[in-house]
Amino acid sequence: MANEQILRMNHIEKTFGKSKALDKASFDLRKGEVHALLGANGAGKSTLMKILSGVYEPDAGDILLHDQAVVFKHPKSAKDHGVFCVYQEVDTAIVPDLSVAENILLDTFAAEKSMWVSKKKLHKEAKLVLTQLQADTIDVERPAFELSLAEKQLVLIARAMISQAKIIIFDEPTAPLSVFEADRLFHIISHLKEQGVGCIYISHRLPEVFKISDRITVMKEGRNITSGLTKTMSQAQVVEVMLGKVLEQFAETKGKSIGDCLLEAERISDGRKLRDLSFTVSKGEVLGIAGLVGAGKSELAKAIAGASPLKNGMLRKSGRKLNIKHPQDAITSGIVLVPEERRKEGLFIQESLRINTTFPNLKRFSRGSILQRAKESAFASSVISALNVKTGSTETRLHHLSGGNQQKIAIGKWMSVQAEIYLFDEPTKGVDIGAKGEIFSLIHQLAEEGKGIIYFSSEIHELLAICDRVLVMYDGAFVKEFSRSQATQEKVLLYASGGREELIDERKEHTISI
Amino acid sequence: MKEKSIQFLFKYGAILLLIFIIIYFSIISPAFLSYGNFTDILRSISIVTVLALGVTFTLVVNGFDLSVGSTMSLSTVITASLMVWYDMPLWLVLILPIAVGALVGLFNTLLIVVIGIPDLLATLSTMYIVAGLHRTYTEGYSIYNHMPLTSGGTAIGELSEAFLWIGQGKVAGLPVPVWLMIGLIASAYLFLNHTRWGRIFYMTGSNEEAATLSGVKVRRVKLAAYVVSGIFASIAGILFTARVGSGQIDAGAPLLMEAVAAVFVGYSVLGAGKPNALGTFFGAAVIGILLNGLTILNLPYYAFDIIKGSVLVLALAVTYVYAKKRTAA
Repeated sequence: MANEQILRMNHIEKTFGKSKALDKASFDLRKGEVHALLGANGAGKSTLMKILSGVYEPDAGDILLHDQAVVFKHPKSAKDHGVFCVYQEVDTAIVPDLSVAENILLDTFAAEKSMWVSKKKLHKEAKLVLTQLQADTIDVERPAFELSLAEKQLVLIARAMISQAKIIIFDEPTAPLSVFEADRLFHIISHLKEQGVGCIYISHRLPEVFKISDRITVMKEGRNITSGLTKTMSQAQVVEVMLGKVLEQFAETKGKSIGDCLLEAERISDGRKLRDLSFTVSKGEVLGIAGLVGAGKSELAKAIAGASPLKNGMLRKSGRKLNIKHPQDAITSGIVLVPEERRKEGLFIQESLRINTTFPNLKRFSRGSILQRAKESAFASSVISALNVKTGSTETRLHHLSGGNQQKIAIGKWMSVQAEIYLFDEPTKGVDIGAKGEIFSLIHQLAEEGKGIIYFSSEIHELLAICDRVLVMYDGAFVKEFSRSQATQEKVLLYASGGREELIDERKEHTISI
Repeated sequence: MKEKSIQFLFKYGAILLLIFIIIYFSIISPAFLSYGNFTDILRSISIVTVLALGVTFTLVVNGFDLSVGSTMSLSTVITASLMVWYDMPLWLVLILPIAVGALVGLFNTLLIVVIGIPDLLATLSTMYIVAGLHRTYTEGYSIYNHMPLTSGGTAIGELSEAFLWIGQGKVAGLPVPVWLMIGLIASAYLFLNHTRWGRIFYMTGSNEEAATLSGVKVRRVKLAAYVVSGIFASIAGILFTARVGSGQIDAGAPLLMEAVAAVFVGYSVLGAGKPNALGTFFGAAVIGILLNGLTILNLPYYAFDIIKGSVLVLALAVTYVYAKKRTAA
């Protein structure tokens, strides 16, 4: 019975604009199994799953549920067939003002014919399903916005359960969770398996994948490369298939010299998330700040860059006290930020390369107050060639460029000011692996020129590849510092997810992330 | 094909419409295509254009100033009262209303930037407050030379010749308001399209967050835009007083929608896709010519709003259909 195939996706193709997201990708799922779907960013996992859950329609290929061809034109039709998705951004699927019970039963009572909604019945049904999930500690009458991320995730799983889900897609469910919350999730997933639900599990954390999955499929460049039973595969093998030689290539470092202390933070707090943070960055040094979602690393990056005010503590540059009240002050002091949400915060996406690259320092491109377009164009061209940006011309609007090339502009725009300290917040997010390599060598180059770099990331393998030193952040505070030689993926992730060294022995196999 | 025609319509639609209107009216009425009528049209659109230029500045920073009509009314009665009631010297008569306009801009900034009310709602409230203020100030009466006062007797002053010249005089064959309009258009164009500050204005409107992180003090930029808008509305009010020769109450109210329509017609001129000074002039010209032609055709004035509204709808439709296409691409 456990071998009964409930889903088959054959030769799925999907093209966005010019880029092929899926190239004859195939996937299948059996009843009561956990099938892990792995791949680097941009490998096509999310696109494949969005097709399965009815968000996108495939250009070609077919989907068979219980050997019957189905077409999902809308997420609702996927749900009607028992396909549910627990999204990574749980908040997008939760209605914050409704109660837990109403959120769990959202799909059913929205479709209900009767005009009246019985609160009693709602609460009873919601309680029942939460008990099944061994999560009856959640009060079904509480408004959903009071819930923690982990609890919201449970609400989404409960919502799927109540609609008799046959397939549940978990999209990086453990990314925002603590080690202990993740354990509870694994428990629930094994419970779902027993009930015959097929689970598709997407994660970057290999140890947990090996712990809970029955089968693994690895995708790369829109295709499925390898599939097999989990017990016949090893972590090293999977990493090799996914990344090729890229990991080693990043890890190679040139001997470089680290100079005098450039930036020093002394017990800075913002009165909300950040608590008593102290650190130093030297000339030529790449300082890594590791933190998972919600650890406060973006808040720290913004606070240093002057975008949100500091309440306590102080920043010093080369021994001189800084008084930063606005990003403008930070920029004048030589501190620049490449923000995480580049389309929202870093770039003017509807404007041209020229306008974007020259904007931070327009004085340089004007005589008196009058802008000199020729100077601007010349500068934009120099950025294009220095950073190897693939674009038509300096007048191309940014939204026509790929994510990697946009990111290069978000970095390149700071070439117009004499920056000494670069803050990079998740600079490889949504960037393909080729551009990632270029961004890394760019950061190396900046460090060699004697700039101080702070690299904020939740991708621990990247931090280990590029940083000289790693500070681990958890819940707004630094919990551990590692030198390059001490740091390992296991240790960093352990601290980043709120763990302690004492536990490392029993959790050894638990913590590698890729 | 459909894609291309939308592109084409967006870039050249307004110009084609203008050419069509001109040809149509020329055929129908010989009076239309004469130098006299041409300067008439320019003079008639000069006040709206000045008003619309102010609105352009606020739209550039992704705001919206609905209070310009009332501000113009206030400026109109203040200008007239300073001369008629208080017999003040010309330089004060010109400076005080402009200062009041700047104050209205400051008040808008207070509501929008400090308190955080959305632009449209904040300036809507200001519109009512300022309209009420100007009627209270005049006790509901228009202001004219030697008018009888409610306190008894007649007003001491009158609108001076020098002042009236601003609205009624001519220089080198063109009315003074037209020269003023041309000067203001040119400065606004130069500022917005060719200076560092103009770029900062546009980028603030394009993405406030990214502008802040690039070191722009966004609050100051908004302040500047609303103050400029208030000042331009005041200048429009002064021009109106000088043109009419009295301080009419509610002078600016009917011009608000015309100014807004002019800016939105101007969005699409030559494919700019954003508010811009030359486009605004062009938009005002389209509306002005249309109204002039309809007057010559003896269409009743009370039907004009239908035409103005339709032009606004058309301009908005083209702008938003194009914006949707562009973000989808």
